[in-house]
Amino acid sequence: MDEILTGVVVDETGTLTLAEFACACGTETTWVLDLVAEEVLHPAGGDPEGWRFGGQELTRARRFQRLQRDLGANLDAVAVILELLDEIDLLKGRLRRAGLE
Amino acid sequence: MEFKDYYRIMGVAREASQDEIKRAYRQLARKYHPDVSKEPDAEVRFKEVGEAYEVLKDPEKRAAYDQLGSNWKSGQDFHPPPDWNTGFEFSGGFGGNGAADFSDFFSSLFGGAPRQRGSGGYKARGEDHHAKILIDLEDAFSGATRTLSLRAPQLDSQGRMVVANRTLNVNIPKGIRAGQHIRLAGQGTPGMGGGAAGDLYLEVDFKPHSLYRAEGRDLYLDLPLAPWEAALGATVTAPTPGGSVQVKVLPNTQAGRKLRLKGRGIPGGPPGDLYLVLQVALPSADSELAKTIYQTMARDLAFNPRRSLGV
Repeated sequence: MDEILTGVVVDETGTLTLAEFACACGTETTWVLDLVAEEVLHPAGGDPEGWRFGGQELTRARRFQRLQRDLGANLDAVAVILELLDEIDLLKGRLRRAGLE
Repeated sequence: MEFKDYYRIMGVAREASQDEIKRAYRQLARKYHPDVSKEPDAEVRFKEVGEAYEVLKDPEKRAAYDQLGSNWKSGQDFHPPPDWNTGFEFSGGFGGNGAADFSDFFSSLFGGAPRQRGSGGYKARGEDHHAKILIDLEDAFSGATRTLSLRAPQLDSQGRMVVANRTLNVNIPKGIRAGQHIRLAGQGTPGMGGGAAGDLYLEVDFKPHSLYRAEGRDLYLDLPLAPWEAALGATVTAPTPGGSVQVKVLPNTQAGRKLRLKGRGIPGGPPGDLYLVLQVALPSADSELAKTIYQTMARDLAFNPRRSLGV
């Protein structure tokens, strides 16, 4: 295929609506609503109509999904694991900046 | 295609109970889960284990698989015998990215999603698909076109969903950063019954660069200085992605200090910065001259680097 595809960049900040986001995660909107209620996801905007999800939320949601599905962990446990993974990412970033990684 | 010995992959005996198989999966999943594993081939092993478990955990699929016999060895050239699965009914969908992760061996035995049901009947939008794309830092600076190979669900000539290799040419926009996604509309899983195809999300990450470390929009570079440059100050040449520049180093610069070159990071609105992390490199004391100079410094400079330690 010689066609060159041009996509839209999904920024860290919000561009995806609730429906688009659920679709991108391959889930129902109820699953997304649960995660926002549990404060695992933090979309921009006030109410579900106005929520906008960004690429960072997409990565977190899919990471959450993998842990939940693949390890059979419950929602609370996965939320904790996710926070720990976020912290590890942060620390790795610091190591990289210091040239130690 | 290659035969896969699912029992060997899971490290269980052919007579293992469902409980033993479940336990084995738990241990292996934890060991190789991509989000937490330290193993280098974690991703591949995790998919392998996942596929093996998919078959062995389901009594129906396991029974059918056992029918192939215990004489096959992993890696052997294999084709499923005709009508090998007569009498078995495999249920369970392969939604999302599960299907794309299964090997040809699995697909040939257990197939993908069912054929389109009826004419004009079941219509559904295809699911979105995700893949990771590794690009060079230079691609983010100037934009580029990259070719990407991925395994994804597609419709074959008979309208069945199969998992096959695909090659795409993708525009990498200038200013793209690690962690961002490129959303390609309509390039995901094909729809059913005439439904629209889903989208393809490409998660962008940078390959390690020999010089620069990327953090969001910013770049970091270790810049070595000679001891006299750090001590006396100097104007030195530093590389940047956009070409070499002259930077002024102040006198009495200690190692670890950062010099910020504004706007010389990844392009964007606003562009990122390039941080030069100053390091001091010592000339080696190989020659007699070098040794003499060092000894002079030792003798005449009265310098105790460990004074702050109280020794």
